[in-house]
Amino acid sequence: MTIPAIKFQHLHKHFSGVQALQDISLTVEQGEFFALLGSNGAGKTTLISILAGLVRADSGSAEVMGHDVVGDYRAARQLLGVVPQELAYDPFFTVRETLRIQSGYFGLRHNDNWIDEVLFNLGLTDKADANMRELSGGMKRRVLVAQALVHKPPVIVLDEPTAGVDVELRQSLWMFVRQLNAQGHTIMLTTHYLEEAEALCERVAMLKQGQIVALDRTANLLKNGGELRLQISIRPDNLPLELISRVVHQSGNTYTLTMKTPAELEPMLAQLRLAGVEIENMALSEPDLEDVFVQIMGRS
Amino acid sequence: MIGFYTLLYKETLRFWKVSVQTVLAPIVTALLYLLIFSHVLAKHVEIYSGVSYIAFLVPGLVMMSMLQNAFANSSSSLIQSKITGNIVFVLLPPLSYLEFFSAYLIASIMRGLVVGAGVFIGTLAFTATRDVSHPLWILLFAVLGTGTLGALGVIAGIWAEKFDQLAAFQNFIIMPLTFLSGVFYSIHSLPAFWILVSRFNPFFYMIDGFRYGFFGASDVAPDVSLLVVSACFVALSILSLILLQRGYKLRH
Repeated sequence: MTIPAIKFQHLHKHFSGVQALQDISLTVEQGEFFALLGSNGAGKTTLISILAGLVRADSGSAEVMGHDVVGDYRAARQLLGVVPQELAYDPFFTVRETLRIQSGYFGLRHNDNWIDEVLFNLGLTDKADANMRELSGGMKRRVLVAQALVHKPPVIVLDEPTAGVDVELRQSLWMFVRQLNAQGHTIMLTTHYLEEAEALCERVAMLKQGQIVALDRTANLLKNGGELRLQISIRPDNLPLELISRVVHQSGNTYTLTMKTPAELEPMLAQLRLAGVEIENMALSEPDLEDVFVQIMGRS
Repeated sequence: MIGFYTLLYKETLRFWKVSVQTVLAPIVTALLYLLIFSHVLAKHVEIYSGVSYIAFLVPGLVMMSMLQNAFANSSSSLIQSKITGNIVFVLLPPLSYLEFFSAYLIASIMRGLVVGAGVFIGTLAFTATRDVSHPLWILLFAVLGTGTLGALGVIAGIWAEKFDQLAAFQNFIIMPLTFLSGVFYSIHSLPAFWILVSRFNPFFYMIDGFRYGFFGASDVAPDVSLLVVSACFVALSILSLILLQRGYKLRH
C-alpha cells in the first residue's frame, strides 16, 4: 500500500469564535488530480494553510507523503509546492532572481535549467529579467505558480490559481499542470471555476462551513447528484402549470426545466402538446459540476 | 544550510538594492549631526583629557547609526513582508526557525557594520586624528550592539501588524534610548538622578564600551559594559527564537 500524498485526520480549527474546520478527515492518493470546492469562507484556504504550515490546527493531524506537517515539517515542506491565493511578490527582485532565491530556500543551487523550463511553460521567458513590479497581475500570478514549482515538489497545491487571469494563461497553466500530473505529481486544486475542476479532477471534495459535505469521484457526483436540463423555446409563450415547478431559468419564451431521468421527457412533451404549445427549439443537456455543486450546497 | 545562506543573501541584497536609502542616507544624517554639534559645542566641551569633542563624538555617532540601522533592517523587512504578503515565501520552505532568525540577524549586523564603516570614513573629513586603543573591543561591541538591535528588530517586526506600530516602537523606544545613551555627552556631566537612569539604559553600555575601544577611557568599566550588552543580546535572541518557534503572529 502506497503512502497517501495528502492525509488529514480529524482536523479542527477555529478563529476567534468561528469554527473554520470541523473534524476534517481526507486522503488524497499519490498521482491524483483532486479538487477542493466550496463557497467563500467554507474552509478551503484554512485547510491548505494547515497543510503548508501557515496555520496550526487546534487538533488533528495533516501529513504530506507520510510526513507530519508539524512534527516533521522540514520533510513535509520539502515535498510540497503551494500556489497561494493572495497575489504576493517581492518588489526588490527580478523574476529570475525571485525563482533562484526560492530554489535556494529549498536547498537547490544551480537550478537554472529547471527554472528556464518552468519559465517557458508558463510563458514567462521574455519576462525573466523584468522586475516583479513591472509585471501585470496575470504575469505575477504566473510567477507565483513558478515559485511553487521550482523544487519539483511531488505534491502541488493550487489555491485558486486562475482567479482573475486571462484565458491564455489558464490554458497554458492547465496544460503544464496536466503534464506534471501525468509525470506523477499529485495535484490539489481549489477553484471557483467549476468547469475547470470538472475537466481536470478525478475526485472532488466539497466543503461547507468547515465540513466535508461531499467526497466522491467526479464521474459519480455527476451521475448521481445532478438533474438533466431541458431547454425549450415555445410558442405561444404559455407554459402549462404542471411544468412551472420544474423551471430553473427563463428568458423570454425560452425555459430551462429540470428532470431526474430521461423517462420524464415524453410526459413533459405530452403536457405541452395537450396545452397546444408548439416547440420552436429544444436542447437536452447532462448536469455539470456546477449543477451538482449548487444542489449539494443547497441541501446540506 | 543552503536555505539559510539564501535567506541571508536575499536579506543582504534587499538592503543593498536600495542602498541610497539604507546606507547613504544614515551616513549623511550622522555627518550632519557631527557638523552641527561639533561647530556648536567644540569650543566649550572637553570630556576626556586630551580628547577633542569632535573626536569624542565620532564613536557615539558611529555606534548610534549602527544600532538604528541594524534595528531598521530586520524590523522593516519583516513588517513589509507581512503587510505585502510575501512573508509566505519564507514560511513555506523547510527553513528552521534558527535559520530564519540567524539570516535576519546577520543581515542586520552587516547593514549596521556597513553604515558604521561609512560614517567612520565620512568623519575623517572632520577630524584627521584618530585614536584606536583597542580595535578588538571596537569590533566586539559593534557586532554585539548591532546583533542586539537586529534581534530587537526581529521581535518588533514579528509583533507589529502595521507600519505605525513599528514607527511607535522606533520613536518611543529606540530613539529615546539612543539619544539618552551618551552619544553626545558623558553621563558624568548629568545630574545624579539621570546618571542612575542612564545605568538602566542598555544602549549606554553599547556606546560606552564601543568608545572605550577608541580612547581606552569610558564612563564604566568595559567588562561591565560587555556583560550587560552580551546579556541583552542573548536574552533578545532567545525571545526571538521562542516567538519564531511558536509561530507568534506568523503562523496562525
